[in-house]
Amino acid sequence: MKRIVILGAGTAGTIMANKLRKALKPEDWSITIVDKEETHYYQPGFLFIPFGIYSKQDVIKPKRQFFPKHIEVIISEIDRIAPDENKVYLQNEVILDYDFLVVATGTEICPEEIEGMKEELWYKNIFDFYTLEGAMALADFLKTWKGGKLVLNIAEMPIKCPVAPLEFLFLADDFFRKKNMRDKVDLTLVTPLDAAFTKPIAARELGDFMEKKGINIVTEFNIGRVENEEKKIVSWDEREVEFDLLVTIPTNMGIKAIERSEMGDELNFIPTDKHTLQSNGWENVFVIGDATDLPSSKAGSVAHFQADILFENMMSAIAGKPLEANFDGHANCFIESGDGKGLLIDFNYETEPLPGKFPFPGIGPFALLKETRMNHLGKMGFRWLYWNMLIKGRDLPLEPHMSMAGKYIPEEQEGETV
Amino acid sequence: METAVLDNRTVELDKDGNLANREDWNENIAQEFANMEGVGELNERHWIVINFMRKEFDVKGDAPSIRKLTKESGVSTKELYALFPKGPAKKAAKIAGLPKPKGCI
Repeated sequence: MKRIVILGAGTAGTIMANKLRKALKPEDWSITIVDKEETHYYQPGFLFIPFGIYSKQDVIKPKRQFFPKHIEVIISEIDRIAPDENKVYLQNEVILDYDFLVVATGTEICPEEIEGMKEELWYKNIFDFYTLEGAMALADFLKTWKGGKLVLNIAEMPIKCPVAPLEFLFLADDFFRKKNMRDKVDLTLVTPLDAAFTKPIAARELGDFMEKKGINIVTEFNIGRVENEEKKIVSWDEREVEFDLLVTIPTNMGIKAIERSEMGDELNFIPTDKHTLQSNGWENVFVIGDATDLPSSKAGSVAHFQADILFENMMSAIAGKPLEANFDGHANCFIESGDGKGLLIDFNYETEPLPGKFPFPGIGPFALLKETRMNHLGKMGFRWLYWNMLIKGRDLPLEPHMSMAGKYIPEEQEGETV
Repeated sequence: METAVLDNRTVELDKDGNLANREDWNENIAQEFANMEGVGELNERHWIVINFMRKEFDVKGDAPSIRKLTKESGVSTKELYALFPKGPAKKAAKIAGLPKPKGCI
């Protein structure tokens, strides 16, 4: 009997457990999945909680609902991986041997990486929305807030879901407008990037949106510390931005167990082949989703596309064949723009987000890089798809590789693809 | 392709104004870039950073992030900003004759 151990039962780990269990006979292969929590979080839904659009019940379900039959589930923190011994040491003192390991441990926010962030004002005037607790605390705060300077700060890149900070600001604009207090709120994005987004054509489009909605932007700001008494953030080059409400996207890092295992880079992300998803260090260790150091976005859609590729490559590895499936960096994200509308972007390692129609060329129903009601409906409908199809590893009518069909390059931007 | 006269010869620059060809680099050019970027006279601490970046680029094919620089070069973030005001990663890469760091997505 051989064994596959999957670390992490989030989006990526759960999809892999379902795909592998379906393909491998239980009498030949045992599959063990490990996670620290019993609850599965629908993380794209956290964005809506501060504005009262979703509640806690909309974004949580028991993980067990999504596991296939005939797998072993262990709820424990991971102490460390010993990849040279093919073993995983858990904090509940269980030691797991494996033939193949899938690391799907994701990323977590680390506010303690920034001086002064997690002090007096934490969850009083400073909130994150990348955790359920943070999003809920912020929802409470916003219920009675009288207005002032709302600053959204991205601490450093990379972060999970690079469009979420913009969506937050678009939804905030809409939220305060509907409360008849938009004139009392100053919205500012403070980012280490030199524009609203990382890719030029989308950055231009999203930058226009920000301007139309009266959202200010401070660029190339690398936060050094938070001054709690004076309520301001200060960059390493001593620029200051004052706030009444600071919404922070703190440093995102891989989990501490990766650091203890000495398998990660300076952010605890695991060096991974960007096409095959095999770890650079060990032939029988594969990495998927936010836990990798890949130059693709950290997002559920990416984990989902990667799962198709990784499944194929693991089946090859099990059969002793070369790894032939290639991940192309494909990401697909709905972007809420407020007032019941949204945008959609679709891109990969080579091609930046472009305008066009998706998934059917010329027809849609979704419009790429353009604000429509249909895109918003897509985003809201996606939650059903996620719970009922995606994490159970069922096939969706979406190809893992990005397609150029239906996309076009705006003339003045030709040759500028990243 | 833009060009500039550095160290008394004409060299090609990329779209960010960094050297287009690494082989054109030398220590005099580094000092000239440092003057242009408002970094001033390069001292021993600057050179620790510049040499670390060049070595990293040889191995990884991209200039290191600030976090990697501070973790592995022995120069703190605060000192990095003092040495290369307003954007240590970008400025040190230019002075080191490397392209602008790709950064993250």
